[in-house]
Amino acid sequence: MDQAASITLIDAERAVEVRASIVGERVRIAPDALADATGWKLEPRGLCRAEVCVPVRDRAGLVDEVGVDLAAFARAVGRPLALDIAECAAALGTGAAERSARMATLEAPDFTLPDLAGRMHSLSDHRGKKVLLIAYASW
Amino acid sequence: MWQALHEELGSLGFVPFTVALDQNPEDPRPYIERANPTHPSVIDTEHLIAELYDIRNVPTMLWIDESGRIVRPHDAQFGTDTFTQFHGKHSEPFLAAVRAWVKRGRGALDPDTVRAHQPLPTPETQLARAHRALAWWLHQQGRGEAAERHFLRAGELSPGDWTIRRGSMPIRGIHPMGPAFFELAKEGVPRYATEALPLPGAEPGRG
Repeated sequence: MDQAASITLIDAERAVEVRASIVGERVRIAPDALADATGWKLEPRGLCRAEVCVPVRDRAGLVDEVGVDLAAFARAVGRPLALDIAECAAALGTGAAERSARMATLEAPDFTLPDLAGRMHSLSDHRGKKVLLIAYASW
Repeated sequence: MWQALHEELGSLGFVPFTVALDQNPEDPRPYIERANPTHPSVIDTEHLIAELYDIRNVPTMLWIDESGRIVRPHDAQFGTDTFTQFHGKHSEPFLAAVRAWVKRGRGALDPDTVRAHQPLPTPETQLARAHRALAWWLHQQGRGEAAERHFLRAGELSPGDWTIRRGSMPIRGIHPMGPAFFELAKEGVPRYATEALPLPGAEPGRG
């Protein structure tokens, strides 16, 4: 890579330092490094993660000899990207379509979070009971 | 309140699960210590449930049945009447509805009604959450100026998201009940993504 640098990629609350080429607003990441950071592998049939494959229409716009274009990658997999070139950091969100489809199933998404003492609690610990989920805040 | 409800209804297979959308765990600590809960009471510094359930303001509550399905989507409800003079809502009809649900299985909504009342994310609200996640990470790295840019960008993208715009105030050194809050209120930003759902009528002889 000509302009060797690195970028912190935040995906699902996990921040990973990834080697990248940064030229202007353009961030390119080697396919292997992208797979390590996000789980998405570039394959002949498209971008694949676990059993899911997304076809890539504009392959030349997605990847060149330097690497995978981060913005084009986010578009291809339908995920929002917040990018800060000056800070060498970016966050990948969850796509609205993906989130809406999961919400339409009405399955309450599971989560595991700590209490004040650091003990972890999962929603799924309470399967078999009626749960009143209460979101609040001090603000 | 939730502790009392847990004591009252816990033996009937009911559990309140409280989640504080606070980036500084010390902020909700006094409330939690005062309640001394036996039910789960967690802190969500990453705003994970805001993302999973598309929550844009608090307090909000949803009902999940024994099989893990949402039977009442989240809407603005209150467990006490502490702030009734500000929002005009009383807690008692909602608490009565929870009791009727737990004791008699009343009030769960059918799937189509739940879907019709679920707020759904848009590309803008989801991009806003990505900017909030970036801002929060930058903040934790001590890169406050950069964090501020992304908190503001997130607020521009999703002006109705109070978990972003007001929820980020404490860590940005802005008083969440000070002038900045009233500016937000003056903008006419809707407080909640959806109107409160009607509650099933109080049953005669409930108890």
